[in-house]
Amino acid sequence: MVDVAMTPAMRRPEKVYSVKRTADTRLLILAPLAMIVTELVLGWLRGSYLTPGATSAGAARAAFSFDATSLLTGATLVAFFMGHLQPVNWLRDNLFSTVGNSVMTLVGLIIMYGLVAGLFDFAVLHATWQGSDGEACRPNTGACWPMVEAKFAQFMYGRYPTEYRWRVDLTYLLAVLGLVPLMIPRVPFKLQNAIFMFGIFPILAFFLLVGGVPGLPHVATEYWGGLLVTLVVASVGITASFPLGVILALGRRSRMPLARWASVGLIEFVRGVPLITVLFMSSVMLPLFLPPGWSIDKLLRALVGVALFAAAYMAETIRGGLQAIPRGQFEAADAIGLNYRQKMSMIVLPQALKLVIPGIVNSFIGLFKDTSLVLIIGLFDLLGIVQQNNTDQKWLAPTNAMTGYLFAGFIFWIFCFGMSRYSAFVERNLADTEKR
Amino acid sequence: MTMTTEQTPRPRSTGETPRRSLSSYIYQRETREIIFQVILVVAIVALFYMIISNATANLRARNIASGFGFLGNVAGFDISQSWISYSNVSTYGRAFMVGLWNTVILAAIGIFFTTILGFTVGIARLSSNWLIAKIATIYVEVVRNCPLLLQMFLWYFAVLKQLPEPLSRVDGVVKSTSYALPGGMLLNTRGLFTPKPEWLPGAEFILYALIVAIIGTVLMARWAKARQMATGQPFPVFLTGAAAIIGLPLLTYFIMGRPVQFEYPELGRFNLSGGFVMLPEFVAVLLGLVFYTASYIAEIVRAGIVGVSKGQKEAAMAIGLSKGQTLRLVVVPQAMRIIIPPLTSNYLNLTKNSSLGGAVGYPDMTQVAGTINNQTGQAIETILMLMGVYLTISLLTSAFMNWFNKRMALVER
Repeated sequence: MVDVAMTPAMRRPEKVYSVKRTADTRLLILAPLAMIVTELVLGWLRGSYLTPGATSAGAARAAFSFDATSLLTGATLVAFFMGHLQPVNWLRDNLFSTVGNSVMTLVGLIIMYGLVAGLFDFAVLHATWQGSDGEACRPNTGACWPMVEAKFAQFMYGRYPTEYRWRVDLTYLLAVLGLVPLMIPRVPFKLQNAIFMFGIFPILAFFLLVGGVPGLPHVATEYWGGLLVTLVVASVGITASFPLGVILALGRRSRMPLARWASVGLIEFVRGVPLITVLFMSSVMLPLFLPPGWSIDKLLRALVGVALFAAAYMAETIRGGLQAIPRGQFEAADAIGLNYRQKMSMIVLPQALKLVIPGIVNSFIGLFKDTSLVLIIGLFDLLGIVQQNNTDQKWLAPTNAMTGYLFAGFIFWIFCFGMSRYSAFVERNLADTEKR
Repeated sequence: MTMTTEQTPRPRSTGETPRRSLSSYIYQRETREIIFQVILVVAIVALFYMIISNATANLRARNIASGFGFLGNVAGFDISQSWISYSNVSTYGRAFMVGLWNTVILAAIGIFFTTILGFTVGIARLSSNWLIAKIATIYVEVVRNCPLLLQMFLWYFAVLKQLPEPLSRVDGVVKSTSYALPGGMLLNTRGLFTPKPEWLPGAEFILYALIVAIIGTVLMARWAKARQMATGQPFPVFLTGAAAIIGLPLLTYFIMGRPVQFEYPELGRFNLSGGFVMLPEFVAVLLGLVFYTASYIAEIVRAGIVGVSKGQKEAAMAIGLSKGQTLRLVVVPQAMRIIIPPLTSNYLNLTKNSSLGGAVGYPDMTQVAGTINNQTGQAIETILMLMGVYLTISLLTSAFMNWFNKRMALVER
């Protein structure tokens, strides 16, 4: 009686092939790789082998660019790699199931081709690989890699004196040694590890970086720069914003009206304005608020602003966790006679913080990206150094800006993407623990 | 051990023990709370007193005036883009207003485009087409994990500033070197030149026609809903409405003898003339904001659509709704309930992030305030004004959100 329209999905009884989930991601890497390999082989066959030392885009290179041949060959190779996945069925179901879908696939292919080919053209094909100044890069339309090589130390340390750079490296090493075992759930001695990381390491790092003690001469913060400043601002911001955020979140949930109002006022004020105005406030207004004659380090001013800003966002994240704790937990803690401090530190906060780990990591990622704003108040973080480098007369070339931003962007991306992957890992890990 | 810490009698027990030692009050929760709050207030008052007295002393020492009197003084600097009349003899107050308008307009245009892009990418991530879904994922993962400021710099210094000059002159012959875009638009290092509409007499009727069409559509939608409720007969509201809203103004346009003409940018001897120019700074900030915010909106949209339970879709299919109807009547309304609160906070983020425009030279409110601060030295006043405006926008938006959430909240049995 009822006329049931047959959809393609209904007509096909069962999916007879098996696509492993991991195959999807593997393909994603394989497809562009296959295209690049094809291109290289084709180029070699044409007798225009790419020499890394070549600096000019000669006729041989002009012939050596992406074209339809390499695209088709690449696609064939991908299909070959997919052999064990019964490619025909997979392609039909995922790329060409309907006419509309096929059109979308074509559009997607064009976008993908444009992106991959554009990036490959810029970063490899037309890039400059050797040279000692902008002269070598100026004629080429690709990246100016010798510039990055020459400026690499500056991008990493800023103007930190060359003979003391081992101190920065040692700090990094200590941070990695402290952080990596802390981040792997299976490694024991978490408490001792945390005491080292949050109690001893900051003191060590301070004396190593700032100096001013026998054996470690003082290095003023105005010489710091590059990735060093980015990491210092981010890690101090993260470390300071966390306890501040907890206090503000507890304040906002407090029974005491005045504590509540003070917390709400601070949180809503900071969250309602852009970070750049908070940085202006800390860099321009803070010196005015101090007693006459006092001065405060420029980097420290930025740190105050960043920590305050991050704390307000952290407080809201943690408040979400506090609200998710069932009332019964609070009441049970009261019932066994715990006081406020014990109740919060032993019962409520451990559960609440665990719930909002992804949110906390997201705040950290946001903070890490936001550190780039300190360049507006005159500090030279990684982006600031790259930006300043654009006007360097020695390395003047049209593609320098793009090269620098790609390099800085890649470094920022590695940190942020790494953090977000780690957050996802912790989330899964916690979900598994809950199941048991 | 820890059980012994709280030995104080509960407040209720005061009746049983009429005589209490003074010290026992110190252990009472209420007393402690009052003491703590008094300390807090004293600390805050002391902090503000210290700040104000120090600031006064510092300002006096540096010979800096205070108060908002400077807003009436002549600013003396130029602003590259202004939507209200402004020249370098205008006042500081006027300059600040110019910046405010630049921020508001940038935010409005940015929100419009980022919504379109964000929804497109968010839906694309859920596409059954493998390639489209992967491209959307790559876009989100790359753009979300790079600082916005870096993206703005990239658009401005690495892309727009590297564009060709508008014209080249070889042997006295002027040749256009701009990129020609569809619709008569030209792109070069001076900005994006678009055709400018000119309103000739009679053009106002097009606007009237548009208003009439919108009112008509609303009335028609009501009538159609009432009829469907009464008789069960549906009416193609969307198609008829779209036809009216597009068709009626178009018809008026031709009846009135085409009263809107477009002035196209043309090549002069030294520069492009005519048309409407979008400064490269504006374009760079807009591109940065739109792409960055869209990557967040895409995730919100995806979460919203995934958040609608599968049972809802299956139930809709079961009662015989078509795929489009399922989407329009069942999925989207429920997804919007999840999407709208975080969407608003992202609109707010875009507005606040537009303050980075100054870094590439776009004269938004923050940049203008920075210039005012540099010239007058009245940091406290300018930053307070700046924060006040952003705070007002944020608080108004969150007040609206609270109202909206209450209205939209799921009415459960």
